[in-house]
Parts: sequence; C-alpha cells; structure tokens
Amino acid sequence: MKFGRLACLASLLAMTTSSSALAQGADYSRFGIDQDVPGACSYEAIDAKDYSGRQLNIITHAVPVIGEPTDLHATQFAELTGAKVNVVHVPFGDLFQRILIPFQTGQNAYDVLFYGSLWIGDLNPFLAPVPEAYQNVSGMQDVTRNYIDVAKWGDTMVQYPVDGDRHYLKYRSDIFSNAEAQARYKDATGKDLSVPETWEDYNEIARVFSGWDWDGDGNANYGSAEVTKRDDLMFSAFISRAAPYARNPNVKGGFFFDLETMEPQVNNPGFVKGLELFVDASKDWAPGGASWGLGDEIFAFGGGQTLMSYSWDDAFVQAQQEDSAIRNHVAAAPLPGARDVWNRKTGKWDHFDEPSRAPYITWGWTSAVSNRSTSQDMAFDYLCFFSNEANTQHDLQVGRFGVNPYRKAHFDPSLWTDKMGWDAALTDTYVKTLAGMDESQNRVFDLRVPGVSQFMTSLATGVAAALAGQQTPQDALDGVAAEWKSIVERIGVDNVRDAYARVVALEDNL
Amino acid sequence: MYGLTRYKLFFLLPGLIVLLAIILFPLVFTIRVSFSGWDAMTPGLGWIGGNNYGRLLADGRFWQSLGRLGMIASTAVALEYALGFALALLVWRQIRFRRVVRVLFLIPMMTTPVVMAVIWRTIFHESLGPVNDFVALFGIPPVQWLTSPEWATFVVILVDVWQWTPFMFLLLLAGLLSLPREPLLAAAIDGAGPIRAFLNVTFPAMAPISVGAIIIRLIEASKIMETVYVVTSGGPGTSTETSSYYIFIRGLRDFQIGYAAALSITYLVIMIVLLTIIAKVLTKTLVKAEG
Repeated sequence: MKFGRLACLASLLAMTTSSSALAQGADYSRFGIDQDVPGACSYEAIDAKDYSGRQLNIITHAVPVIGEPTDLHATQFAELTGAKVNVVHVPFGDLFQRILIPFQTGQNAYDVLFYGSLWIGDLNPFLAPVPEAYQNVSGMQDVTRNYIDVAKWGDTMVQYPVDGDRHYLKYRSDIFSNAEAQARYKDATGKDLSVPETWEDYNEIARVFSGWDWDGDGNANYGSAEVTKRDDLMFSAFISRAAPYARNPNVKGGFFFDLETMEPQVNNPGFVKGLELFVDASKDWAPGGASWGLGDEIFAFGGGQTLMSYSWDDAFVQAQQEDSAIRNHVAAAPLPGARDVWNRKTGKWDHFDEPSRAPYITWGWTSAVSNRSTSQDMAFDYLCFFSNEANTQHDLQVGRFGVNPYRKAHFDPSLWTDKMGWDAALTDTYVKTLAGMDESQNRVFDLRVPGVSQFMTSLATGVAAALAGQQTPQDALDGVAAEWKSIVERIGVDNVRDAYARVVALEDNL
Repeated sequence: MYGLTRYKLFFLLPGLIVLLAIILFPLVFTIRVSFSGWDAMTPGLGWIGGNNYGRLLADGRFWQSLGRLGMIASTAVALEYALGFALALLVWRQIRFRRVVRVLFLIPMMTTPVVMAVIWRTIFHESLGPVNDFVALFGIPPVQWLTSPEWATFVVILVDVWQWTPFMFLLLLAGLLSLPREPLLAAAIDGAGPIRAFLNVTFPAMAPISVGAIIIRLIEASKIMETVYVVTSGGPGTSTETSSYYIFIRGLRDFQIGYAAALSITYLVIMIVLLTIIAKVLTKTLVKAEG
C-alpha cells in the first residue's frame, strides 16, 4: 500500500518534470482534441511515460454513457504509454455486483473502476485514496466544491472526479416568452406565466400546457417530462421533488434520517407533501409518462414534446444538439422550491416568503482505483489523463458521453458559446444555475451509506405504489420508513450512522 | 463378478461427477447461502440460522409476487394451449403451404426474449408506439398499456403468449401426427362430425401429450423474467412484479445475496410441490378419465 503511494508520487513527479522539460510540446490533435493543455496529466506528460509490458484492467459502464469515453481514453493511453489496457463494459444493472463481488471474494479483478458515486458507502473500504500529488494537479484544483465533496469519504478523497451531476429545471424559453402562451396561462389561472418557483407552480404550469399543440407541429404537447419508471432512477426524481419540503435550512442533523436517533424521516409531512405533488402531477403527464425512464425523459424534453423537465444534464444537452428543432429555445433554472418547509424539530411547517430551495447534488459517474491493484501508479495516471483539461473539454461536447460540467472552467460562458454555439442568454441561465448550486447552503446529497441500493429500491417501490394508486402517499411512505428501519437494523445502526454522519457533514456545511 | 460391477461403476463416474458439479453443488451451495447474512456489508457464509426464512414469511411483497405469477402463468399457458392446439389442428390438416406455415409459426419461439420484449415495449409505448396510433384511427383515446395495472398485466401475458404459443403448437402437432388413424376413420364411418370427432377421439387421445406440454410450459412460465424486466420493470407500482423479478431485485440490485437465496429455495420448493399437484390433477382428470 505504502509502496503503491510512493510509486504514484514518483510517477507524478516524473510526469511534472517531463512536462516542463518538454515545453512547446508535440501536436496531439490526431487524438481529436483541439490542443493539449500543459500539465501533469497532459498528453505530453503521459506520452513521456513508459508502461510497456504492463496491463491495466478497467471496469466501466456500457457504451456510450461513460463507457465510450473510457474506451477512447484507454486507447489513447495505451498508444501513448505502451500499456495494454483491457476495458470491461457492464450494463448499469449489473455494475454494482460486478465490482463488489471480486472485492468480497478477495480477487484483484480491476485496477480502475467507473461507477455511480452514491455507492461510496459500500465501496469505500476497497478504494485507494487519491494520492496528494494527484489532488494537486491543475485539473483537480479546478474541480468545484460539490464534486470534491462527492469524491470524499470523510476527509479522504477516494473517488477521482470525472463528471459533475445535479438535478435542475429545464424549460422552453420560447414558450415562456410567447405572448399567446402567456395570455392562455393568464386566462386559465389568473397568474402571469413565469419560471416556476415552487413545485405547486410547476404542477400548475404543466397542467395548463398539457394535451394541446402549443408548438404548432400538429402533435399534442405536454407540460412535464419526468423519470417515473420504478427501477429506472425514479427515486432521484422523487428526491428532487420532496427535498425543498423536507430539507429545512434551519434544521441541521439529517434529511433522510435524524442523525441522533436514526429515525427515518422519509414519511414526515415534508416527504409526504412531495409525494402528493408527484401524484398530483401524474394526471397531466403525456400518455405513458407514468412509466418513463431516463431515456424517455431525455427525448421527450430534448425532442420538444414537453414544456419542462428536471433531472440530469442529458435532456438539456439533447435539446441543444446541432440538429435539434429546439436548439437555443431552452433555458435552465434551479429546481423549484417550497414556501412551506417541514421542521422536524418543532413538528410544524415553517413559512418562507422567498421559496426555500434545496439543490439536489444527485449521484453521477465517478471513478476510483482499487486498493488491491498492483498498478496503482498506472491506474491513477490513466484517470489523471482521462480527466485532463483537453480530454474533458472534448468529452463535454459529446452528449452521449455522459460527462457534465464539474470544474470552475466549465462555468465559463465562452466555453459554451464559442465552442458549442449556444445562445448567450441560454448559456447565462445554464452556467448561473449550475454554478449557483455550489454556493447553496441547503444542499441535499444522496444517501451515501452501506446498503444504499436497498434504501433506494424500497423508496422507489413505495413511490411507485403511490403513483399507481395502490396506496396513499402517507401509507406508501410509512411502509418505506418501516422497511428502512429494518434495513438499518440488519446493516447495524452504528454502521449506517457513521456513514450518514459524513453525508450530514456535507449537507450542514461542516 | 464384483470386479465387473466396479468396472461398470467406473464408467458411470464421469456422468456422476458432472451431475454433482452442475446440479447438486449449486443447489446445495444456494441452500447454504440462504442460511447466511451475505450482503454488501457482510460478505461470506456467516451463519445466521433461519433468519432469512423467518423474514420471508412476513415479506408480503414476495407472497404477492407469487400470487401474481400464478395468475400470469396460468392465464398465459391456458391461452397458449388453446391457441397452440388450434394452430396444430389447422396445420395437421392438408392445407396449402403447410410447410411454410409451420416455419412461420415457429419464428416467435426462435427469437431472443429480451430483444422481442424491447420491440413489444416500443409497440405498446403510449406516446410513440403504433398501437395507440392505430386505436386513435377509431377515435379511441390513448390506452394506458404500460401504466395501468390491468393493461400492463395484459401486455405481459400477450408477449408471453406470442412467444411461447409456437412451443405448444410444436408439441401438440407432433402429438397429432403420431396419433393412429384408425380411431378417427372409425369415428368418420360412424358419422361423427369434426367437433364430435375432436371431443370424443382426438382430444382424449392427445391428453397425455397435453399434460406434458402444459406442465413443461408451466415450469417455463413460472420463471418469467425478461418480459417483465424489459416491458414493465414490475410496474406500475408492483402490479406486474413476479417472483423471479423480485428475487432478482433483492439479489442483484440490493445485493442481499443470503436473503435472495432463501427466497429462491422457498420459491423452488413451492414450485415443485405445486407443479407436482397440478400434474397429478391434470393426469387424473384428463388421462385417467380417458382410460
């Protein structure tokens, strides 16, 4: 272990030396990048390494999302260093067990792992800490606060940031600014049409704009596209909706649980309110909207069928594709908030004149190096290269790669206007929304504890039962809370509390 | 003499080893795992006694999924049997292009279940699928094929029937072709019409084959997984969640390996008992009645 860290340090020092020695570097544009960006992880620095005769084993998601950039940079890394790089692609449903089983059975199957960052609670015992030297490279220094936080387990960075994920609101700016649409909304509700500030507003706007052809293409349009399919990340959509009602900025010590008692909060009135609004919204979804997975949501909003949506960046990127009919007719905004927020300490609702927001720093792709790897030096070099400035700038421009902004430099509007041809006003909403989430003091993170999949499966099942009308929101979430209690008992209260304390520390900005 | 017996046993050894390796070992290992608390936090075979079995007794979702499976499997197999028999009777007769028709009937069975499930999901997609476009031609509003519990169950059964009716057809056609012609000729001479000949001669004669075909299909249908996984993911809510899909979620999504093993063993025992009873009842009512 110590030897591995020393090797990493030596490797990085060598890279730094060689990168400065090789000033005025070679042309690497054949790799598809605009130009190499000098630094410890640059093409030039990696080119100076020699890993001939060594093999790097990587496990990643299926192509294209994160799997395709893994392949691309693996091929480049192999060409530059002489290493043999073996990439294994696994569908998302199998990825967790394919990573965990070798660890549990004592095998050294993979050096580099790409996976969902919320699994850190289960995987952290098997991950090698990111060496100090790699934490000091320019690309890492530029990673925003949210994604440095996501990469850490306590004070130790064990995940290597390669992607930034969050949920935010996307809407059709051309319709919101359209006089006819505004008049119709005024007629229907007596209110002015504006970007929704609360989820009640969101539902109301979605209702008015559902079931008629507001874009004049001959087909009916709808107000909202949401991820609602039970086993297809629906739990994340529900957390986005419930967060502002259940995450009180004046109450510290836990969103999913009360950290002191480890009593589940998932059935408190705030969560129930979120679910009631989710159920209420379901009446106005497009046909089939109650079984939409992430792909459906991306294409419904990105394809111009719906007025609004909220989830990861993908739908926005889809709408901004070169061939999109709604390119530059969309905008981004923070997730809707709540004017009344549940206070679990007082057992009452707190009123906020300005809606309280609770940005959901939802899970996304991350990477790590196995602590069983005998090639940790090469593995960290690969991740360093994967996420160097030139590669990241390239990957951000390819929607299907699943790489989203996570560095301060990515919030520079010129990156999007000059490189991607985005409209300046649209870009402004995008970078302000994303950058603003880093400044929030009321963030919600995933439940990064051991057994997170059990907790989220249970939550999704309860929410799905309420959406399908099988149970009332209160009954459904009472059932989830009861199951969470038994999961905590099985895993061990102290184990869960210890892990959850790290999540609370992030949320409470400690 | 004793040496010869040992010599013979020696030749049985390879088969016995294979049998132990591929059938008995996984089964015994699964039983052992079912008494462990193996999950994401505590790997391995740590003994926790019958905790997993105690837990599953109170697991309403498992028992509901089992009841749902019984309904889906019995409905699907009954439809497959009726349709398969009808198609086999059709092809059994001397119709034109009989060989082409036989091959066409077998195509669904030869396709990959997951691929076909994806295609069926697209067909029944409520916004983009052609089925709702078609019903719209008659002024019917979009049908909630995948978002209403009843319709979603219907779609799961339909896909299973589409895929597996050819199997039933194949078995029953083989049975029909093997029937002796004399009883049918005798019935015809006695003036029996096609319906009477079918009820009194063909159907009773086909009873043993029918029982076999139904049992084989029930065994297969009770493992229904791919269709549910792709078409509905068990939803809406839990309305199409079958036992195997639930075990998959517990085992490979939640990584509760020990509990999933207990669910699997319980499911296996229930299926063995149930299918044995069904086979005996069918044999008694169909085959012995004929005798």
